[in-house]
Amino acid sequence: MKAGEELQPLRKPAVSKVQLVKYAGASGDYNLIHTDDETARQVGLDGVIAHGMLSMGFLGQYAASLAGPQYVRRVKVRFAAMVRPGDELTCRGVVREVSDGRAVIDIWAENEAGEKVTTGEAEVEIA
Amino acid sequence: MADVDAALVGAESEPATFEVEKGAIVKFADAIGDPHPDYREGVAAPPTFPTTFRMAMPGLAELDPARFLHGEQEYAYARPIRAGDRITCVARIASVTEKETRVGKAIFVVAEIDGRDDRGEPVFTGRSTLLLR
Repeated sequence: MKAGEELQPLRKPAVSKVQLVKYAGASGDYNLIHTDDETARQVGLDGVIAHGMLSMGFLGQYAASLAGPQYVRRVKVRFAAMVRPGDELTCRGVVREVSDGRAVIDIWAENEAGEKVTTGEAEVEIA
Repeated sequence: MADVDAALVGAESEPATFEVEKGAIVKFADAIGDPHPDYREGVAAPPTFPTTFRMAMPGLAELDPARFLHGEQEYAYARPIRAGDRITCVARIASVTEKETRVGKAIFVVAEIDGRDDRGEPVFTGRSTLLLR
Protein backbone atom coordinates (compact mmCIF):
# COMPACT_ATOMS: atom_id res chain seq x y z
CA MET A 1 0.00 0.00 0.00
CA LYS A 2 1.19 3.49 -0.78
CA ALA A 3 -0.32 6.92 -0.31
CA GLY A 4 -2.81 7.81 -3.02
CA GLU A 5 -3.33 4.20 -4.08
CA GLU A 6 -6.90 3.36 -5.02
CA LEU A 7 -7.78 -0.06 -3.59
CA GLN A 8 -9.75 -2.89 -5.18
CA PRO A 9 -13.44 -2.26 -4.36
CA LEU A 10 -15.69 -4.73 -2.53
CA ARG A 11 -19.09 -5.11 -4.16
CA LYS A 12 -21.73 -6.36 -1.76
CA PRO A 13 -24.89 -8.18 -2.85
CA ALA A 14 -28.10 -6.14 -2.54
CA VAL A 15 -29.20 -5.63 1.05
CA SER A 16 -32.25 -7.83 1.69
CA LYS A 17 -34.97 -7.78 4.34
CA VAL A 18 -33.82 -11.22 5.48
CA GLN A 19 -30.34 -9.79 5.99
CA LEU A 20 -31.78 -7.04 8.18
CA VAL A 21 -33.61 -9.62 10.29
CA LYS A 22 -30.39 -11.66 10.59
CA TYR A 23 -28.41 -8.55 11.48
CA ALA A 24 -31.00 -7.55 14.10
CA GLY A 25 -30.68 -10.97 15.70
CA ALA A 26 -26.88 -11.16 15.50
CA SER A 27 -26.29 -7.61 16.74
CA GLY A 28 -29.09 -7.32 19.30
CA ASP A 29 -30.42 -4.13 17.67
CA TYR A 30 -34.15 -4.87 17.63
CA ASN A 31 -35.31 -1.38 16.65
CA LEU A 32 -38.30 -2.28 14.46
CA ILE A 33 -37.62 0.49 11.92
CA HIS A 34 -35.10 -2.00 10.46
CA THR A 35 -37.41 -5.01 10.25
CA ASP A 36 -41.06 -3.87 10.28
CA ASP A 37 -42.43 -1.67 7.48
CA GLU A 38 -45.41 -0.53 9.55
CA THR A 39 -43.17 0.77 12.34
CA ALA A 40 -40.93 2.45 9.79
CA ARG A 41 -43.94 4.22 8.20
CA GLN A 42 -45.10 5.41 11.61
CA VAL A 43 -41.87 7.39 11.94
CA GLY A 44 -42.21 8.87 8.46
CA LEU A 45 -40.10 6.47 6.40
CA ASP A 46 -41.28 4.75 3.20
CA GLY A 47 -40.40 1.40 4.69
CA VAL A 48 -37.63 -0.31 6.63
CA ILE A 49 -34.11 1.07 6.47
CA ALA A 50 -30.88 -0.85 7.06
CA HIS A 51 -29.04 -0.57 10.35
CA GLY A 52 -26.28 2.00 9.97
CA MET A 53 -24.06 -0.51 11.72
CA LEU A 54 -24.64 -2.98 8.86
CA SER A 55 -23.06 -0.61 6.35
CA MET A 56 -20.26 0.00 8.87
CA GLY A 57 -20.01 -3.80 9.03
CA PHE A 58 -19.47 -3.87 5.25
CA LEU A 59 -16.67 -1.34 5.67
CA GLY A 60 -15.23 -3.42 8.51
CA GLN A 61 -15.29 -6.40 6.15
CA TYR A 62 -13.53 -4.30 3.54
CA ALA A 63 -10.81 -3.16 5.96
CA ALA A 64 -10.35 -6.73 7.21
CA SER A 65 -10.12 -8.04 3.64
CA LEU A 66 -7.33 -5.57 2.91
CA ALA A 67 -5.19 -6.20 6.00
CA GLY A 68 -6.53 -9.33 7.72
CA PRO A 69 -9.06 -9.15 10.57
CA GLN A 70 -6.33 -9.32 13.22
CA TYR A 71 -4.60 -6.23 11.80
CA VAL A 72 -7.48 -3.76 11.80
CA ARG A 73 -6.63 -1.21 14.49
CA ARG A 74 -9.37 1.36 14.02
CA VAL A 75 -12.47 1.99 11.94
CA LYS A 76 -14.40 5.23 12.07
CA VAL A 77 -17.47 6.16 10.05
CA ARG A 78 -20.12 8.79 9.62
CA PHE A 79 -23.60 7.70 8.58
CA ALA A 80 -24.45 10.06 5.74
CA ALA A 81 -27.52 8.59 4.04
CA MET A 82 -30.10 5.87 4.51
CA VAL A 83 -29.73 2.38 3.03
CA ARG A 84 -32.83 0.44 2.00
CA PRO A 85 -33.48 -3.18 1.02
CA GLY A 86 -32.45 -3.65 -2.61
CA ASP A 87 -29.57 -1.19 -2.39
CA GLU A 88 -26.30 -2.57 -3.76
CA LEU A 89 -23.39 -1.04 -1.90
CA THR A 90 -19.81 -0.92 -3.06
CA CYS A 91 -17.00 -0.33 -0.57
CA ARG A 92 -14.10 1.72 -1.85
CA GLY A 93 -10.87 2.95 -0.37
CA VAL A 94 -7.94 5.23 -1.10
CA VAL A 95 -4.75 5.06 0.96
CA ARG A 96 -4.21 8.40 2.69
CA GLU A 97 -0.87 7.78 4.41
CA VAL A 98 1.54 5.01 5.29
CA SER A 99 4.04 5.18 8.13
CA ASP A 100 5.62 2.89 10.74
CA GLY A 101 3.90 -0.23 9.45
CA ARG A 102 0.46 1.37 9.53
CA ALA A 103 -1.78 2.66 6.79
CA VAL A 104 -4.67 5.08 7.12
CA ILE A 105 -7.23 4.47 4.39
CA ASP A 106 -10.15 6.71 3.46
CA ILE A 107 -13.05 4.32 3.04
CA TRP A 108 -16.64 4.70 2.02
CA ALA A 109 -19.70 2.74 0.91
CA GLU A 110 -21.65 4.05 -2.05
CA ASN A 111 -24.94 2.98 -3.62
CA GLU A 112 -25.64 2.33 -7.32
CA ALA A 113 -26.26 6.04 -7.84
CA GLY A 114 -22.74 6.75 -6.58
CA GLU A 115 -24.07 8.42 -3.42
CA LYS A 116 -21.74 7.93 -0.47
CA VAL A 117 -23.98 6.49 2.23
CA THR A 118 -21.29 5.83 4.84
CA THR A 119 -17.88 7.49 4.89
CA GLY A 120 -14.87 7.20 7.13
CA GLU A 121 -11.41 5.87 7.64
CA ALA A 122 -9.64 2.70 8.66
CA GLU A 123 -6.22 2.26 10.22
CA VAL A 124 -4.55 -1.08 9.59
CA GLU A 125 -1.21 -2.73 10.30
CA ILE A 126 0.61 -3.68 7.15
CA ALA A 127 3.40 -6.19 6.77
CA MET B 1 -35.29 18.53 24.67
CA ALA B 2 -34.04 19.62 28.07
CA ASP B 3 -34.06 16.05 29.33
CA VAL B 4 -30.42 15.57 28.25
CA ASP B 5 -27.90 18.31 28.98
CA ALA B 6 -24.27 18.92 29.83
CA ALA B 7 -24.86 17.75 33.42
CA LEU B 8 -24.67 14.23 31.97
CA VAL B 9 -21.04 14.60 30.86
CA GLY B 10 -18.81 12.23 32.79
CA ALA B 11 -21.67 9.92 33.83
CA GLU B 12 -20.50 6.30 33.78
CA SER B 13 -22.37 3.02 33.49
CA GLU B 14 -21.87 0.10 35.81
CA PRO B 15 -19.32 -2.33 34.33
CA ALA B 16 -20.93 -5.09 32.25
CA THR B 17 -19.13 -8.29 31.27
CA PHE B 18 -19.73 -10.02 27.94
CA GLU B 19 -18.57 -13.51 27.04
CA VAL B 20 -17.54 -13.78 23.41
CA GLU B 21 -18.82 -17.05 21.93
CA LYS B 22 -17.53 -18.38 18.64
CA GLY B 23 -21.09 -19.01 17.50
CA ALA B 24 -21.97 -15.36 18.09
CA ILE B 25 -18.97 -14.27 16.00
CA VAL B 26 -20.00 -16.63 13.18
CA LYS B 27 -23.62 -15.43 13.23
CA PHE B 28 -22.51 -11.81 13.22
CA ALA B 29 -20.12 -12.35 10.29
CA ASP B 30 -22.86 -14.29 8.43
CA ALA B 31 -25.35 -11.44 8.87
CA ILE B 32 -22.83 -9.02 7.35
CA GLY B 33 -22.02 -11.54 4.62
CA ASP B 34 -18.34 -11.68 5.54
CA PRO B 35 -16.84 -15.08 4.71
CA HIS B 36 -13.36 -14.52 6.23
CA PRO B 37 -12.11 -17.83 7.70
CA ASP B 38 -10.68 -16.16 10.83
CA TYR B 39 -14.24 -15.73 12.10
CA ARG B 40 -15.00 -19.44 11.65
CA GLU B 41 -11.87 -20.17 13.70
CA GLY B 42 -12.79 -17.60 16.33
CA VAL B 43 -9.27 -16.09 16.19
CA ALA B 44 -10.77 -12.65 15.52
CA ALA B 45 -14.19 -11.02 15.46
CA PRO B 46 -15.37 -8.57 12.79
CA PRO B 47 -14.29 -4.99 13.57
CA THR B 48 -17.83 -3.91 14.41
CA PHE B 49 -18.48 -6.86 16.77
CA PRO B 50 -18.56 -4.70 19.94
CA THR B 51 -21.96 -3.44 18.75
CA THR B 52 -23.25 -6.76 20.13
CA PHE B 53 -22.21 -5.64 23.63
CA ARG B 54 -25.55 -4.01 24.39
CA MET B 55 -25.34 -1.58 27.27
CA ALA B 56 -27.66 1.08 28.59
CA MET B 57 -25.96 4.44 28.12
CA PRO B 58 -25.99 6.51 31.31
CA GLY B 59 -28.93 8.92 31.29
CA LEU B 60 -30.22 7.77 27.88
CA ALA B 61 -31.80 4.39 28.63
CA GLU B 62 -35.25 5.82 29.42
CA LEU B 63 -35.57 7.84 26.21
CA ASP B 64 -37.59 6.75 23.18
CA PRO B 65 -35.18 5.07 20.70
CA ALA B 66 -37.09 6.72 17.85
CA ARG B 67 -35.62 10.08 18.94
CA PHE B 68 -32.06 8.93 18.23
CA LEU B 69 -30.09 9.03 15.03
CA HIS B 70 -26.72 7.31 14.89
CA GLY B 71 -24.39 9.95 13.49
CA GLU B 72 -20.91 8.49 13.80
CA GLN B 73 -19.20 5.40 15.16
CA GLU B 74 -15.58 4.52 15.82
CA TYR B 75 -13.92 1.39 17.17
CA ALA B 76 -10.23 1.20 18.01
CA TYR B 77 -8.43 -1.99 18.95
CA ALA B 78 -5.48 -2.73 21.22
CA ARG B 79 -5.82 -6.34 20.04
CA PRO B 80 -8.44 -8.38 18.17
CA ILE B 81 -11.44 -9.73 20.08
CA ARG B 82 -11.32 -13.55 20.08
CA ALA B 83 -13.73 -16.35 20.93
CA GLY B 84 -13.46 -17.15 24.63
CA ASP B 85 -12.74 -13.55 25.66
CA ARG B 86 -14.61 -12.08 28.58
CA ILE B 87 -14.78 -8.36 27.95
CA THR B 88 -15.80 -5.95 30.68
CA CYS B 89 -17.18 -2.69 29.34
CA VAL B 90 -17.83 0.67 30.93
CA ALA B 91 -19.76 3.34 29.03
CA ARG B 92 -19.25 7.02 29.69
CA ILE B 93 -20.83 10.19 28.34
CA ALA B 94 -18.00 12.25 26.84
CA SER B 95 -19.91 15.31 25.64
CA VAL B 96 -23.36 16.78 25.16
CA THR B 97 -23.67 19.65 22.69
CA GLU B 98 -26.67 21.37 21.16
CA LYS B 99 -26.14 22.10 17.46
CA GLU B 100 -28.10 23.40 14.53
CA THR B 101 -28.61 20.78 11.81
CA ARG B 102 -30.31 20.73 8.41
CA VAL B 103 -33.47 19.58 10.15
CA GLY B 104 -33.43 21.90 13.15
CA LYS B 105 -31.75 21.79 16.52
CA ALA B 106 -30.43 18.50 17.80
CA ILE B 107 -28.50 17.43 20.87
CA PHE B 108 -25.26 15.65 19.98
CA VAL B 109 -24.30 13.09 22.58
CA VAL B 110 -20.86 11.44 22.38
CA ALA B 111 -20.66 8.20 24.35
CA GLU B 112 -17.46 6.20 24.81
CA ILE B 113 -17.05 2.56 25.73
CA ASP B 114 -13.90 1.05 27.18
CA GLY B 115 -13.57 -2.74 26.90
CA ARG B 116 -10.98 -4.74 28.86
CA ASP B 117 -10.17 -8.42 29.22
CA ASP B 118 -10.07 -10.45 32.42
CA ARG B 119 -6.52 -9.29 33.14
CA GLY B 120 -7.65 -5.67 32.94
CA GLU B 121 -5.75 -5.14 29.67
CA PRO B 122 -7.41 -2.81 27.15
CA VAL B 123 -9.01 -4.58 24.17
CA PHE B 124 -11.07 -1.94 22.42
CA THR B 125 -12.60 1.48 22.76
CA GLY B 126 -15.77 2.67 21.07
CA ARG B 127 -17.00 6.16 20.41
CA SER B 128 -20.58 6.82 19.30
CA THR B 129 -22.12 10.10 18.26
CA LEU B 130 -25.88 10.10 18.72
CA LEU B 131 -28.22 12.84 17.56
CA LEU B 132 -31.18 13.30 19.84
CA ARG B 133 -34.19 15.13 18.43
